[in-house]
Amino acid sequence: MIKRNFRELSVAVALGLLLAFLAVAAPAFYQPQPLLSLLAREAPALVVACGMALVIISRQIDISVGSQFAVCGVSSGLLVAAHWPVALVFPLAILMGAALGAVNGLLVAGLRLPSIVVTLATMVTWREGLRWLRQGQFVNLPDGGQWFGMAQTTGQITLVVAAVLLLVLLAWGMKNLAVGRQVYAVGSDAEAARLAGIRPPLVTMGTFVFIGALAGLAAMMNLAQSPQVDPKSGMGLELKVIAAVVVGGVAISGGRGNLWGVFAGFLLLACISPALTHLHIQAYWEKAIQGGIILLAVVADGLRSRRSNRTGGGAP
Amino acid sequence: MPPLLQLTAVTKSFGAVRALRGISFDLQAGEVHALLGENGAGKSTLIKVVTGAHQPDSGHLEIAGQRLTALNPTSAREAGIACIYQQPALFPDLTVAENIALRLGKTTPLCRVRWSEHRKRADELLRRIGADIDPGAEVRALSMPEQQLVEIACALGASARIVIMDEPTASLTQSEQQLLFGVVRNLRAAGVGVIYISHRLEEIFALADRVTVLRDGESVGTRPIGELNEAELIRLMIGREMAHIYPDRGGTPGEIVLAVKGLNCAAGGVRDVTLDLRAGEVLGLAGLVGAGRTELARVLFGITPADSGEIRLNGKPLRIGSPAEAVAQGIAYVPEDRRRHGVILEMPIADNMTMAVHARIFPGTWLRSGVERRLALDYIRDLGIKAYGPEAPGGSLSGGNQQKVALARWLATRPRVLILDEPTQGVDVGAKSEIHKLIRQLAQQGLAVLMISSDLPEVLGMSDRIAVMRGGTITAMLPGGANAHEVMAAALGQEEGNQGAA
Repeated sequence: MIKRNFRELSVAVALGLLLAFLAVAAPAFYQPQPLLSLLAREAPALVVACGMALVIISRQIDISVGSQFAVCGVSSGLLVAAHWPVALVFPLAILMGAALGAVNGLLVAGLRLPSIVVTLATMVTWREGLRWLRQGQFVNLPDGGQWFGMAQTTGQITLVVAAVLLLVLLAWGMKNLAVGRQVYAVGSDAEAARLAGIRPPLVTMGTFVFIGALAGLAAMMNLAQSPQVDPKSGMGLELKVIAAVVVGGVAISGGRGNLWGVFAGFLLLACISPALTHLHIQAYWEKAIQGGIILLAVVADGLRSRRSNRTGGGAP
Repeated sequence: MPPLLQLTAVTKSFGAVRALRGISFDLQAGEVHALLGENGAGKSTLIKVVTGAHQPDSGHLEIAGQRLTALNPTSAREAGIACIYQQPALFPDLTVAENIALRLGKTTPLCRVRWSEHRKRADELLRRIGADIDPGAEVRALSMPEQQLVEIACALGASARIVIMDEPTASLTQSEQQLLFGVVRNLRAAGVGVIYISHRLEEIFALADRVTVLRDGESVGTRPIGELNEAELIRLMIGREMAHIYPDRGGTPGEIVLAVKGLNCAAGGVRDVTLDLRAGEVLGLAGLVGAGRTELARVLFGITPADSGEIRLNGKPLRIGSPAEAVAQGIAYVPEDRRRHGVILEMPIADNMTMAVHARIFPGTWLRSGVERRLALDYIRDLGIKAYGPEAPGGSLSGGNQQKVALARWLATRPRVLILDEPTQGVDVGAKSEIHKLIRQLAQQGLAVLMISSDLPEVLGMSDRIAVMRGGTITAMLPGGANAHEVMAAALGQEEGNQGAA
């Protein structure tokens, strides 16, 4: 048990050490309201990270999530500003994200194009299209629309609980639903999966639609937190979530990893910035430290796979 | 004059499999020495020892009188050894001249490339072997035989003294073969030693000066070609006792489960295959490597769907367009290369076993881990899989046990037709006999089993009937009691008339 999940556990231990260190060195970090605000701010990205985990486990990648996030955010912002009911806009945002994801999925699974190129293209296309349409203008949301009409604290708690609940459900589903197993199988060896009667293109299509839908959901979760929507929102989101997924122990070569690790990796990276603030270290160290953590994770995976290749080989 | 190449008591093992058991072999300058043997007799391993791809465990090599314990690919090339494989290893996007220059040139990264010289050199080498190929042409645009000629030109350019040809004519037409034979004869006349591997006996009689027959990693003898006829050669190749005890056949086959009529698949090279498979029988599918057996299995399993022909399952006609459809119809295929595309090494064996079931059930179905665990434990017990538990990763198991996991994956789908491709390849003797027992048990439970195997004793020992393939079609259907000679003769395509000579 410990051996199999060593990678995930080591991230969790690192996170635990950081939190323990902060408890001693910067107890102010644990003030409830700022901490809750931090978590609520990060909740949308956590949702997208869950989707990214699935995509990477299935041996693909989606770097267009930031643009999908922006398109869904601006569109639903406009609808909300036009006084459409949130209860209607909410599912529409998710549907829209799913549709954008379907474009990626069709190109990757249908035409067998490499996902990095396809999603690079859609990333730029959605982003530039949005810039052209909005000319950089923010969407101003009506007053009182924030937190879906709830009090701020209740709203924040709702967002955090929703994101964590989604992660827990996905973690369970990836292990205990047939479709979860298919994602792992396709990521490990698409040909073996095909020979076992699984349809890898359908699985690939599904993961892209799914991460698109989650980008739409995340956009709504973001919308609830601010009085306006920036058409430049979500820039760099793809890098943030890919980093969290990789640090969390999901193999970039597919087939390995789980959402608990992603959760730990995500929190570890998300805590760096506030930790620096509380420790009075200049903020520009944030990226350097995050980069270092990512590098460490990748090197650890590299050493691991080299070791297993050496012992795994043998007679034909 | 010492021989060009002399191997003395060379042995090589892979784990428990002894591929070469003390082989001695010699090659003289200016001779074509044919190497013959069944699949798995040790020819490839022997060639790999000579080209330096494998190092022998014991024994030694002498090249032109110079004694060596082992070669590596570089030292083999420097010693003048060149190998022409069935599938030429050229760079498709580079021109012929560039390919030849890359193979021959010793350059430093910053050294200037002299294009005109490369072109002239390539032109001259190609001319020497009588090949009409433009050195400026991209290799991609060349046919397979033309690519082989380029390989030979490379060998010539490297002033190779020892040229190995591994089934060079497998993909050639009649006239291309004649051209190749001419080149081989020229090489011989120039004092080159040629090791020639082929399954086509008529070529061996046409070209070779001497023949060495390998069997189970041992040399059965080296003879001048003039002392042999086809029947004797076949006898040398197969003449072995059955060391292995096979499970009793027993039971009468039931009704026809799978009926195939006039099946064609151009992409897979399968043509006009007609075949019946009954419940409760093991139908052995014999033939040489490249005869189209795996290709037939791939057609039946929908990996390369058939172009034309009819497949009936329990009398019902059906079209199998993808593995998913085949699985849904109750056809199971345990592929040949279980390391690739078989058992997923990083996945626990329980997950591996239920993988094909997942494809059959609704994707949102909740897999109860208790049920899965029990199923895995059942198969671990029933198939005698040696693993520390259902959560052991596939990669931690031995080859034989991995094979059993692959088998379990398909048994879990409760198939009606089970296609096994080389079920005991690379498996040690003990596991082999367990797998044989399992196959027989499954047949007795009413499964229709199609077993592809290159292991002739296995085919003879296990099969209720034996279909022999050659050139993409079934050339003979033999009863279970057939002898090795009949199967081998059909696989080699020997004329019925010649058999009388045996």
